[in-house]
Amino acid sequence: MGVLSEELKQRIAGEFPKYPEKRAVLLTALHFIQAEHEGWIPPGASKEVAELLEIHQIDVEEVISFYSLFHDEPVGKFHIQVCANLSCCLAGARPLIRTFEEKLDIRSGEVTDDGVFSIAEVECLGSCGTAPMLQVNNEPFLENLKPDDVPGILDKLRSRLAEGKR
Amino acid sequence: MAAVVRYLLPPDGQNWSKLSEYKKNGGYAAAENAIKEMKPEDIGTAVKASGLRGRGGAGFAAGIKWSFLPNDGRRPRYIACNGDESEPGTYKDRQIIERNPHQLIEGLLIAARANTIDAAYVYLRGEYRVAFDNLRAAIAEAKEAGYLGKNILGSGLDFEIYVHRGAGAYICGEETGLMESLEGRKGQPRKRPPFPAVAGLWKQPTIINNIETMTQVPYVLRAGVDGYKSIGTEKSTGNTIFGVSGCVMKPGPYELPLGTPLKEIIFEHAGGLRPGRTLKAVIPGGVSMPVLTAETAMQVTMDHDTLQKNGTLLGTGAVIVMDDTVCLVRAALVIARFFRHESCGQCTQCREGTGWLHKLLQGIERGTGTLRDLDVIEDVTKYMEAHTICALSDAAAWGTGYFVRRFRPEFEAHIEHKGCPLAGTSFEV
Repeated sequence: MGVLSEELKQRIAGEFPKYPEKRAVLLTALHFIQAEHEGWIPPGASKEVAELLEIHQIDVEEVISFYSLFHDEPVGKFHIQVCANLSCCLAGARPLIRTFEEKLDIRSGEVTDDGVFSIAEVECLGSCGTAPMLQVNNEPFLENLKPDDVPGILDKLRSRLAEGKR
Repeated sequence: MAAVVRYLLPPDGQNWSKLSEYKKNGGYAAAENAIKEMKPEDIGTAVKASGLRGRGGAGFAAGIKWSFLPNDGRRPRYIACNGDESEPGTYKDRQIIERNPHQLIEGLLIAARANTIDAAYVYLRGEYRVAFDNLRAAIAEAKEAGYLGKNILGSGLDFEIYVHRGAGAYICGEETGLMESLEGRKGQPRKRPPFPAVAGLWKQPTIINNIETMTQVPYVLRAGVDGYKSIGTEKSTGNTIFGVSGCVMKPGPYELPLGTPLKEIIFEHAGGLRPGRTLKAVIPGGVSMPVLTAETAMQVTMDHDTLQKNGTLLGTGAVIVMDDTVCLVRAALVIARFFRHESCGQCTQCREGTGWLHKLLQGIERGTGTLRDLDVIEDVTKYMEAHTICALSDAAAWGTGYFVRRFRPEFEAHIEHKGCPLAGTSFEV
């Protein structure tokens, strides 16, 4: 039994006609896999993707390790990426990150014991006029934040989990 | 303030993402005219004559770039449209795709007609979820209406646009790093020559332009060469979107002519500084560009020539404002950390140099630095400039080195004080 479902393989193959080479679908394929596997790429996936795209497994693995949006180990169900670049720092990104760390009792780069949340300090996300900001998974940005907003953000995510929505 | 003609972003916060909305405001008329009435070479001539310069950072003349495509009959020919937008401070392309995506599509279509292009790939940074969905919906609508696909408007032109999602790597905004990434590899820039016009995507002839650059193209035809050239300065024509951030009352994207005084952007459009604050430093074009002192910033206009004469560059027009509360050692440290994280690792000068800059600035910020470290920074930045495959190394050297060069007393004070003299007021890193 492989890691990738037949349906997922079909979706990946559905991207092939856009490009002259199958390999060009690699980033898209990895995005698809992450979206279906709680935000990370499980062991075994790289071999199956390599077969599908007719490239070597190492070609897939070096791409996974190069790009910051790809994770080869579990992240939280809600992966909270807080921008810590200059415009966001000037607008108070550090106190925002610290509040998340305190409320979740983890450091940036870690996952909570229950696997629900992870925090990552990231480089510029392109929302500098509405700093500080963050992105949960691949959702629309949350902008113009204050440390006081943190409890409300976490509550909303927890209630989504209770409703069974990641 | 003189009346400004705005043509990149819809007025009053409007959103023209729906085809009907865009057409109601004159959309696709330029493309229809270009396809039905103009010879392809006349389009290129107009773009060249308009003086349109690339909005992605380097400011290269778009029409001249197009003219580098060889006439050797090789097909397919591609456009790689750069929407990786990762230069810290920059968020202008996102505004375009979220609010006016059809003008980008129209620009790509006109460029396709002018340059005999078969397909365009818009490389969009992976985090831009709203933009990604919006652009794909707009492309689907344009295709439905016959502006994309086979035999467009009965002209025999076949042209497709695909949106390609990046995955979080600044270096993929570098033109050949982008092409490597699009082909399914690590985004490590290629050696040139061959240049992309000759051997770009899949070794085929390729033009690469920024999203904002392509979004300018319909307006070049709508306004005509003289109309377009009447905006901006002689050598920096047209509007651009200045993305203002940092210590101002109203940060945001402001569409204004090139050549607008920086003082006007900060103090009129962006609402000025917070009460009681004074200006200390401004980065005029994203963190890769040399920082300006307040004195210089108050005198410059935002066009290529003036900024170059004043020791910096326009870059992406991303204005980052720092007031007197801001510790510039910390600002430089954030920038150094960024470049260390984003160096692709191919070239020694960049891989090692960005690490050195980050470590040295970290020491100075924490109070363990020495005066000699400032000379080492100066030395390291010299080795990093003009020695590598791409310009990331130069950008890291400029983005951090000019903080030290132009504000050296503040760095010395940090070293003597063994930490930040402004610690009580400055932002935290």
